[in-house]
Amino acid sequence: MDVAKEKAQILDENGIRRTLTRIAHEIIEKNKGVENVALVGIRRRGVPLAERLAQRIKEIEGTEVPVGTLDITLYRDDLTTLSQQPQVHQTKVNFPLGDKTIVLVDDVLFTGRTARAALDALIDLGRPKSIQFMVMVDRGHRELPIRADYVGKNLPTSKKEVVSVQLKDIDNEDKVVITELPD
Amino acid sequence: MSLQSKHMLGLQHVSDEDIITILNTANAMKDIIKRKIKKVPTLRGRTVVTLFYENSTRTKTSFDLAGKYLSADTVGLSASSSSVQKGESLIDTARTVEAMGADVVVLRHPAAGSSKMLAENINCSVINAGDGVHEHPTQALLDMFTISEHKKDFKGLKVTIVGDILHSRVARSNIWGLTKLGAEVSVVGPATMLPPKMEKMGVKVYTNMEEALAGADVVNVLRIQLERQKQGLFPSLREYSRLYGINQERLALLKDDAIILHPGPMNRGVEIVSRVADSSQAVIEEQVTNGVAVRMALLYLLTGGEKVEDVN
Repeated sequence: MDVAKEKAQILDENGIRRTLTRIAHEIIEKNKGVENVALVGIRRRGVPLAERLAQRIKEIEGTEVPVGTLDITLYRDDLTTLSQQPQVHQTKVNFPLGDKTIVLVDDVLFTGRTARAALDALIDLGRPKSIQFMVMVDRGHRELPIRADYVGKNLPTSKKEVVSVQLKDIDNEDKVVITELPD
Repeated sequence: MSLQSKHMLGLQHVSDEDIITILNTANAMKDIIKRKIKKVPTLRGRTVVTLFYENSTRTKTSFDLAGKYLSADTVGLSASSSSVQKGESLIDTARTVEAMGADVVVLRHPAAGSSKMLAENINCSVINAGDGVHEHPTQALLDMFTISEHKKDFKGLKVTIVGDILHSRVARSNIWGLTKLGAEVSVVGPATMLPPKMEKMGVKVYTNMEEALAGADVVNVLRIQLERQKQGLFPSLREYSRLYGINQERLALLKDDAIILHPGPMNRGVEIVSRVADSSQAVIEEQVTNGVAVRMALLYLLTGGEKVEDVN
């Protein structure tokens, strides 16, 4: 699968850990505590990131925030153009959204289309008080008017490059790397 | 993740991987049915036409709702109130709805092989919702999905299908699907209702109910089609009920955690007694919900994107 060449490592295990700790503090600060905050990870790598953030928040504040999982497949805007239907996974948000501030969590913010789909998917589950957005890496090249509230790393890239956030839970290793697609 | 064919004509020619893909997708779809807002925008702008030449409540409604929950536009046509009454042929009727922009035609027809013929003559996807005594794949898929929610694995699972096997498309589709996933399938019924050479489909054949039920994990009870009773396939409903009805004594022959399926509509007191139909082991209502989930999965998998090359 990985024919792309690794160009540079942006974050290592410690880098990811420190970034998540910083963002956990930012979430707590911005919301003046986490009483009505819940995290929702976007499949696939947003899910372990959301779980780690929840863990960090618990260490800092002593409060457990609910964590949900969002599968946005059915909300994609490119379903009519893909030649293969992507596999649908389960969405698991087992708490009422009504009075909550939801922090959507994803690994990479690129065109903004995933975030758009996630917003629609979330709003179909209920009416949260507000929605905030956290990403590990913002790599630019937005195609929609979307921005993140919490950013792990701003990373200017070319469109030929691929940013890959790798997490132990899925990839056996914690790191953020840039690779370049062959011409 | 798309299926190998753009049609769903029967389970005989569907691969086990495709069956598993459908069941996994149905699992995600079932969550949508349980939500307050039972709608996702996935099939916006797609059109599903149900073309029914036989009566049906649950299959037709189930396809209709499955399409609507995925935001497709659905239109129902029934033979009794359409140009079919004026003598229009099946293919002409289907071409007409295709010309109006249908992407999927769901067909129920009394002739075996009708959906295959339709698939060869029109460009949209065709889903077989029952063709004569041939196949009823979505019923079998929802039965299998229901089984998969209660049992860990199909491998070695003992499934007994009871009743009029001869006239049952549900039985045939179930046998194809279940044996592909490794289940041990038995059929049981009066000799007049068992087609010859059933063993070739890979099933065990019984006429004695007690032998067929011993140690079963799943029992699928078929409806006795009262309209066929005139053919004299069994002497009386009372005798059928006594010899092949599912009652509490027979329930005791099954594994303790066995489940009872019935495709509906039930003839209470004939093929199944009420105490069994309403017991905790009966999963008949779950089957109805799961039917919508399975049909959503199929509509999603068959209609998305550029048409996949047809292998049939």
